[in-house]
Amino acid sequence: MAVLTFVEHWEGKFKKTSYESISYGRKISDDLNQPLYVVTLGAENIEDLKKYGADYIINVPKINLDNTSNMSIAKLITEAINSIQEDKPSTIIISNTNTGKSIAPILASILNSGLITNAIDHPESYNPLTINCKVFSSKAIAKYQSNYKQNIITIVPNSIGGINEKNGDGKLIELNIDTDLFVDKKITVKNRNKLSGKISLSDAEIVVSAGRGLKSSENWNMIEELADLLGAGTACSKPVSDMGWRPHSEHVGQTGIAINPDLYIAIGISGAIQHLAGVSNSKNIVVINIDPEAPFFKAANYGIVGDAFTVVPKLIEAIKRHKN
Amino acid sequence: MNILVCISSVPDTTSPINFNDNKFDTNGITFIINPYDEFCLTKAIFIKEKSGANITVLNVGENTNDSILRKALAIGADKAIRINQKSENSKTVAECIYNYCNTNSFDLIFCGRESIDYNGGKVPGFVASKLNIPFINSCVGLEITNQIIECKREIDNGHEICEATLPALIAGQKGLVEEKDLRIPSMRGIMTARTKPLEVIDDNINNDEKITILDYSKPEKKSDCRLINEDEVEKLVDLLSNEAKVI
Ligand SMILES: Cc1cc2nc3c(=O)[nH]c(=O)nc-3n(C[C@H](O)[C@H](O)[C@H](O)COP(=O)(O)OP(=O)(O)OC[C@H]3O[C@@H](n4cnc5c(N)ncnc54)[C@H](O)[C@@H]3O)c2cc1C
Ligand SMILES: Nc1ncnc2c1ncn2[C@@H]1O[C@H](COP(=O)(O)O)[C@@H](O)[C@H]1O
Repeated sequence: MAVLTFVEHWEGKFKKTSYESISYGRKISDDLNQPLYVVTLGAENIEDLKKYGADYIINVPKINLDNTSNMSIAKLITEAINSIQEDKPSTIIISNTNTGKSIAPILASILNSGLITNAIDHPESYNPLTINCKVFSSKAIAKYQSNYKQNIITIVPNSIGGINEKNGDGKLIELNIDTDLFVDKKITVKNRNKLSGKISLSDAEIVVSAGRGLKSSENWNMIEELADLLGAGTACSKPVSDMGWRPHSEHVGQTGIAINPDLYIAIGISGAIQHLAGVSNSKNIVVINIDPEAPFFKAANYGIVGDAFTVVPKLIEAIKRHKN
Repeated sequence: MNILVCISSVPDTTSPINFNDNKFDTNGITFIINPYDEFCLTKAIFIKEKSGANITVLNVGENTNDSILRKALAIGADKAIRINQKSENSKTVAECIYNYCNTNSFDLIFCGRESIDYNGGKVPGFVASKLNIPFINSCVGLEITNQIIECKREIDNGHEICEATLPALIAGQKGLVEEKDLRIPSMRGIMTARTKPLEVIDDNINNDEKITILDYSKPEKKSDCRLINEDEVEKLVDLLSNEAKVI
């Protein structure tokens, strides 16, 4: 048996989530004394992957990922899995990125394996597999048990142990297959608009977020300045995106994106239960709100009661001084 | 055009989440149409109003879910199906939906991106994969022209525009329609819903018992909030740097 993780890259670059899932896989490999396979598609620089403990790296070279559907990716991963002769993987790890969430159920369906999503911890036991996962938008944790022989686990980024460097053999296996056979004729990607230069929310270690307390879209300059200064992503509450002050992709919460950065700074956000559902897992929460009774303070680690329009500029200055 | 909208029944977003005897405590909880599914249902109604369509809503569950199906009929669906099934296991639910789609043909199948209770996000991918049809996850925009759909979907760093042939499965969310477009049932809608069919099917699917939940817990409570005076923002920076070690 083996452990396998699928990792994505973004225009050739691997991100933290990829390394995190390799580290996660490595831990399971060590626990079970099984080799760790890392599968990636069309990667050019696989050196980076070796550092986190991959024993084997299966790469499908020269594949154009710009036009691959989730179904095609799942089929390519299946091909990679089938190419492994001796040790069939018992555990397959996928990060909860957008692609990861989309391919995991397809893969589970093709392989007829168990699927456990939103894991926030390492497995508690392996035979049978038990693992803690977040449910009810982080308001609770469920311990899942699977009696499948092969399981796919999707992990919530930034919630498990982080990245650990560890040398593996990193033996490269190039999977030379006719990738044309994997082109999905039923679906074509016409274009991808990436918010270039922006830090994607699911990836950001620090997120600066603002709500209706900011009063209008013009007032976001200071939010962006603060975010730039901290190398942070920007987010907002739902009404802010509903009113078109900020793009919908920044909306966090129960009906938006769920995030769990190391630091979440909430400015002029009341802290409604539906907002908290998407951010309460952040490791540190700072709340800046004019109203001392704002419910968000109950979920915060640090708080400043004050007017955002005076506090945020002061904070920007203080951070600038700190950086120097 | 035949449209299927799969709806799950979930606790209202303000519900207290408690467990009793290792089961979700439904005492005093109001169940609603999963918010993502509501966006899908509204989109289906838009399609119907624009170019005509037949909308079926489907739930896999017990008779306590009939009320959300009735609501969907009152909002504008033409027909409701409940597949009588006790299990909430995603694989079993997907199997039931798949069987239904196999005996009834749909051009467009809508699911929500995930159910807001267990946040599994499994059912749509399972169903699309079993039907072997295009799967557009996290869909935030949809146009239909001559059996071809153009979809906008969220990806990690932005958006993707893709084209797919029908039949296809869309896992939708806000953006398919806007919040303000969501319909509340009108008096007339509620009256006509009474005459619309709500069919109950017994599907003797073998229940997937291999994945179970052993127990629940609540996340650890955060330590109390440390308040910092607004004239002492340096102190916050210091705490974030030296205590929390995040900047
Ligand atoms: C089904 C459903 C799903 C929902 N999903 C989400 C979701 O995913 N995400 C989400 O965010 N919401 C969601 N909501 C909405 C949620 O209930 C709240 O309405 C929303 O989060 C409030 O946004 P807000 O805090 O920006 O605005 P408000 O509630 O208006 O709060 C503004 C805050 O700013 C403070 N303020 C005002 N002026 C200043 C100032 N000068 N300086 C500092 N502070 C100031 C005020 O004291 C107040 O606390 C959902 C609601 C429902 C019913
Ligand atoms: N019991 C159910 N009956 C009908 N549709 C369901 C059911 N459970 C899930 N779905 C559909 O699948 C979507 C995703 O659910 P889930 O995979 O449970 O997160 C939901 O938004 C529904 O559209």
